[in-house]
Amino acid sequence: MEALTRPLGKLGRATAEALGGMGYAAMLLYESLYLSAFGWRIGQPLRLRAVLEQMRQIGVDALPIVCLLAFTVGIMLGIQFVSALGEFGAQSQVVIAVAKSVTREFGALITAILVAGRSGSALAARIGSMTVSQEVDALAVIGIDPVRYLVAPALIAMLIMLPLLTVFADAVAIYGAALYSAPALDITPSAYMLQTMSLLDPGDIGQGIAKSAVFALLITLIGVSTGFSVVGGAEGVGRATTRAVVLSICWIIVADMIFSYFLNR
Amino acid sequence: MNTPAPLIEVEKLEAWYGKRRILNGVDFTVHPGEIRVIMGGSGSGKSTLLRHMLGLNRPVSGSVRLFGTDLATASDREKLEVRKRIGVSFQGGALLTSMTVGDNVALPLREHTNLDEQTIRIMSRIKLEVVNLGGFQDLMPSQLSGGMIKRAALARAVVMDPRLLFFDEPSAGLDPVVSAELDELILRLRDALRMTIVVVTHELDSAFKIADTITVLDQGNVLMTGTTAEVRAADNERIQDLLNRRPREVHVDADEYLQRLVGETE
Ligand SMILES: Nc1ncnc2c1ncn2[C@@H]1O[C@H](COP(=O)(O)OP(=O)(O)O)[C@@H](O)[C@H]1O
Ligand SMILES: [Mg+2]
Repeated sequence: MEALTRPLGKLGRATAEALGGMGYAAMLLYESLYLSAFGWRIGQPLRLRAVLEQMRQIGVDALPIVCLLAFTVGIMLGIQFVSALGEFGAQSQVVIAVAKSVTREFGALITAILVAGRSGSALAARIGSMTVSQEVDALAVIGIDPVRYLVAPALIAMLIMLPLLTVFADAVAIYGAALYSAPALDITPSAYMLQTMSLLDPGDIGQGIAKSAVFALLITLIGVSTGFSVVGGAEGVGRATTRAVVLSICWIIVADMIFSYFLNR
Repeated sequence: MNTPAPLIEVEKLEAWYGKRRILNGVDFTVHPGEIRVIMGGSGSGKSTLLRHMLGLNRPVSGSVRLFGTDLATASDREKLEVRKRIGVSFQGGALLTSMTVGDNVALPLREHTNLDEQTIRIMSRIKLEVVNLGGFQDLMPSQLSGGMIKRAALARAVVMDPRLLFFDEPSAGLDPVVSAELDELILRLRDALRMTIVVVTHELDSAFKIADTITVLDQGNVLMTGTTAEVRAADNERIQDLLNRRPREVHVDADEYLQRLVGETE
C-alpha cells in the first residue's frame, strides 16, 4: 500500500508546491506592476536609471549573441525549406514559409531561450545571493521595497527589450535565409527581402511580439521568485540559478505551444 | 517622575518555523535612551525576535509596536515612516555588494531625502568618519575586512540619525580587539547621537560592557530583564549556567531516545 501512496504523496506535494510557486509569482507580478505605476505615491518610486541599466543588460548586451543565433537559425530554415519544398516543386513557397515560421515561431522562441539563459539566470543568481547575505532584508528595513528596487525594473526592462530583440531576431533570421536561398531561387537577396515584406502580414509579426511579452513575464517571474526562495548559502544560489533556467525554458516552450494552438487554428 | 512612552513594546510574541515554536510568548519593552542587550545562547531565538521587531517576520500571535505603531497592521506609509526612524546593522553587515561603501552609506539619504548630491556625499563621509572609515568610501564591500564591513554597516544604519538602532551580533566572527573597538563605538554613538540601542549578542563580556539593561533569552523564553548588576546577582540556575559558560545539562530518557533514533516520533 505504502509503495502506492508514497509516490502519490510526493506528487501531491509537488503539485501543492507548484501551485504555491505560481501564487507567489502572481503576487510578485501584481506588486511590481502596482509599484511601477503608483509607487511614487507611497515613497517607492520606480527609478528610470535602474530600468535603463536593466534594459542595457537584458537587451543591448544580448544583441551580438541574438544576432549570431538568429542568423544561424535563418540559414538552417533556408536549407530545410529549399530542399523540402523543392521535392514538391514548390520552391516559390520558400519565402513565405520562412517568413511565417520565423515571425510567428522561431524569432520569439530563440530569443526567449537565449534571454532566459543569460538574464533569467542572472536575476536568480543576483537576488538569490542578496537573499542569502541578508541584503534583501537590509533593503526592506532601510525602507526600500525589495520588489520595487529589484523586481520592477527588471520586469519593465524585460517587457520592453524582449519584444524588441524578437523583432530584431526576425529580421536577422530572414536575412540569413535570404543569403542562403536567394541563389537557389534565382533572385537577389534584396529581392528576397522585398518579397518577404510584401508577403508578411502585420499579424504574423504581432503574434511573435505577443508571445515574447508573455515569455518576458515568465522569464522574469521565474527568475526572481526562485531567487527570493533561495535557502542554503552559495550552493543554494547555484541550484536556484540552474532551476530558474530549466523552469523558464520549459514554461516558454509549453506556453508557445498553447499560443500557437489558439492563434493558428 | 513619569516615564516617557516606550519605543519598543513586544507583547506575548509567538513565533514558529514550521512545526517548531521558536518564541513562547515574549514580552519586551525598551524605553528611550537605554542600551538594551538581548543575551542568550546560540539558537535561543534572538535573531528571530529581532526580525519580528523589524517587521521582517509577522507574529503568529502577540504584537510588536515601534514608536507606538503596530507593524503588522500598519499601512505601507506608516511602516515607511517607522523605518526611516530606525537603523539596523545585520550580523554579516549586509552591505549591497554591487555598490561602493560610500554609495551604501548614502543609499538611505538618496532614497528618502531630496538633498543634493554634494550634501549627501558630505553627510555620508561624516558618518564614515564616525566609524573610523574616513577615506574608504570608494572601496567595494568585498575589499573590506570583517570588522570594517560591520563598521560600514553601522555607518549606513546611522546615516539618517535614527532614534532607534538595532545591532545583531556585533562581535560575531571578529577578533577580541576589533570587537572591543565596536563596543566602544556603540557606547560613543549613544552618547554622541543620543540613540536608543538594542544589541543582540551571545558574547558575555561585550554584553556586560555596553548594556544598561539586559534581557536574557533562553529557548524562546525571557528568563529575566534587569540591569547588569541584577542579572549578575540573579539566582536563576539557567542564567548562572549561561554566565559561567556551563553547558545545558542533557537528560536522556532511554526509551524516548531510542524511539527518536528509529524515527517513530514526530
Ligand atoms: N529560516 C528559518 N527556518 C527554520 N528554522 C529557523 C530559521 N531561522 C532560525 N531557525 C531556527 O530558530 C531557532 C532560533 O534561531 P535564531 O533566532 O537565529 O537564534 P539565535 O539568533 O539566538 O542564535 C534556531 O533553532 C534555528 O534553527
Ligand atoms: Mg542570531
